[in-house]
Amino acid sequence: MTPAQLADQADALAHKATVLAQNAAGFAAQAAAHAPHGAPLIDLFAIFVMAVFVGYYVIWSVTPALHSPLLAVTNAISSVIIVGAMLATGLKGGYAAHAFGFIAVLLASVNIVGGFLVTQRMLAMFKKKAK
Amino acid sequence: MNYASDPGITLAYLVAAVLFILALRGLSHPETARRGNLLGMAGMAIAALATLAHPAMLLSGVGLIVLGVVIGGAIGAVVARRVNMTALPQLVAAFHSLVGLAAVFVAASALNAPQSFGIGTPHHIHVESLIEMSLGLAIGAITFTGSLIAFAKLQALLKGTPVTFNGQHQLNAAIGVLIVVLIIAFVASGGSFLLFSAIAALALALGVLLIIPIGGADMPVVVSMLNSYSGWAASGIGFTIGNLALIVTGALVGSSGAILSYIMCKGMNRSIINVIAGGFGNSADAGPAGANTEGKAVKIGSADDAAFIMKNASKVIVVPGYGMAVAQAQHALREMGDILKADGVEVKYAIHPVAGRMPGHMNVLLAEASVPYDEVFELEQINNEFATADVVYVIGANDVTNPAAKTNPASPIFGMPILEVDKAKTVLFVKRSMASGYAGVENELFFRDNTMMLFGDAKKMTEEIVMALGH
Repeated sequence: MTPAQLADQADALAHKATVLAQNAAGFAAQAAAHAPHGAPLIDLFAIFVMAVFVGYYVIWSVTPALHSPLLAVTNAISSVIIVGAMLATGLKGGYAAHAFGFIAVLLASVNIVGGFLVTQRMLAMFKKKAK
Repeated sequence: MNYASDPGITLAYLVAAVLFILALRGLSHPETARRGNLLGMAGMAIAALATLAHPAMLLSGVGLIVLGVVIGGAIGAVVARRVNMTALPQLVAAFHSLVGLAAVFVAASALNAPQSFGIGTPHHIHVESLIEMSLGLAIGAITFTGSLIAFAKLQALLKGTPVTFNGQHQLNAAIGVLIVVLIIAFVASGGSFLLFSAIAALALALGVLLIIPIGGADMPVVVSMLNSYSGWAASGIGFTIGNLALIVTGALVGSSGAILSYIMCKGMNRSIINVIAGGFGNSADAGPAGANTEGKAVKIGSADDAAFIMKNASKVIVVPGYGMAVAQAQHALREMGDILKADGVEVKYAIHPVAGRMPGHMNVLLAEASVPYDEVFELEQINNEFATADVVYVIGANDVTNPAAKTNPASPIFGMPILEVDKAKTVLFVKRSMASGYAGVENELFFRDNTMMLFGDAKKMTEEIVMALGH
């Protein structure tokens, strides 16, 4: 085998390897695009069901006198949806995705600040009998 | 670059979720509630900062986020500071609408740039993600318009009376079915924007239609129900983007609203279906209930009479209702209580679960007027004390005191738990007129010998009593 032949073979092998690597990268990208995101759905669902139960027991322990603050604070914390809005706004995406995300960030912020503050205002009013 | 797999960020979300649970747990007592609220704020800050720490976060995006938070936060802060405590129900309704709308926009964004959330590529989004997304979208849209209608009714922009028409329930059911069909088509299409828009439009319409038939005094249930919806919408979006904090919080809020709705319905002895179906207090079926009071006379008293009776009492129980909130009479009421207490009269407050326009509405108003919370009692706590009370001062409440709920099976409010004010020695009713309450039922209490009607505005009447007591 002459050095020239050797070089040709090496070149061919290298080319094959490149093609294979490209294919692999393509497959990986496809797999990544189609793989379940994060934890499998059933895990998330299990967390959800547990959280419903936690909510059930915690909410029954809330005193009826504080049901209005409860409504206000649950409103504030459900605005943790801002997490999704922030991702939509801050990650690579089209103008539309960013615009939608920005609006959602704004709306959720109104709720978060407004909800917590109005809860604070309400709770500050509940006072015991002055002895 | 799978976002949810970063253990540090996931841990931060877990911490946020736990802090939210503690925030709700704190509400078991007024003493611990304030700290709970601070924990909730901390949880929110942690969740937001963890999201900003996302490795692929663009710098321009961070700028946009900060801008949105600053503008939105400023609006929220101003509103929360300025709002009048009597306007709380409509404020909460307005806030619910924002959560719903935010859910719609996040869903739209996820449809537009699914790769950002690792749920596929445009038009090739995973099936389960599409299902979750469309559920979040539909519930969010219903929450949005439903809350707007509730807001408009509470703010008196719309009449509080139920809006009903023939075939209403059939129409709602048809829209509901159509939404389900469109969701299936949307999932099958891999994420068509057209179908997404169609689902949104129908859900927005359904939100309006669901709330218009429900009357003003059923608003405590509506507000609680929409609270629940906003939670489920958040959970739906949480599943779509695989976010732990969002799923847990949505579940907490969803069950919270559901429990509050249940408590409110029980307070009226009505099923949730009956409330949602609406039209209550709009019909003529109250006819036979009040027939036996026709021609009877009521005893009418003045502020001086009321002051005299209360001054000579040893125990007075105050029963506030929505009328007190409308008249803003809580401050005058507290003054009256102060004078009576200074005279050695025992003063207590009795709150019916559905008094007012949102759960706990009366408690907040009394707290605002500096009534100590340990003088304020729930129905079960105080109901057997009416027999030992010399005077009950009913201010702006009616149906919740009506004995017909116990004695008249034909009455629309039959079976509703009531405050047994009729057991007290004297009942003082502050009312603007003889008009019947929300349920359209006449209250036989008005005609009893030991009842004295005080006709006038709740605030003015109470102020006059305060004056009379002062002399």
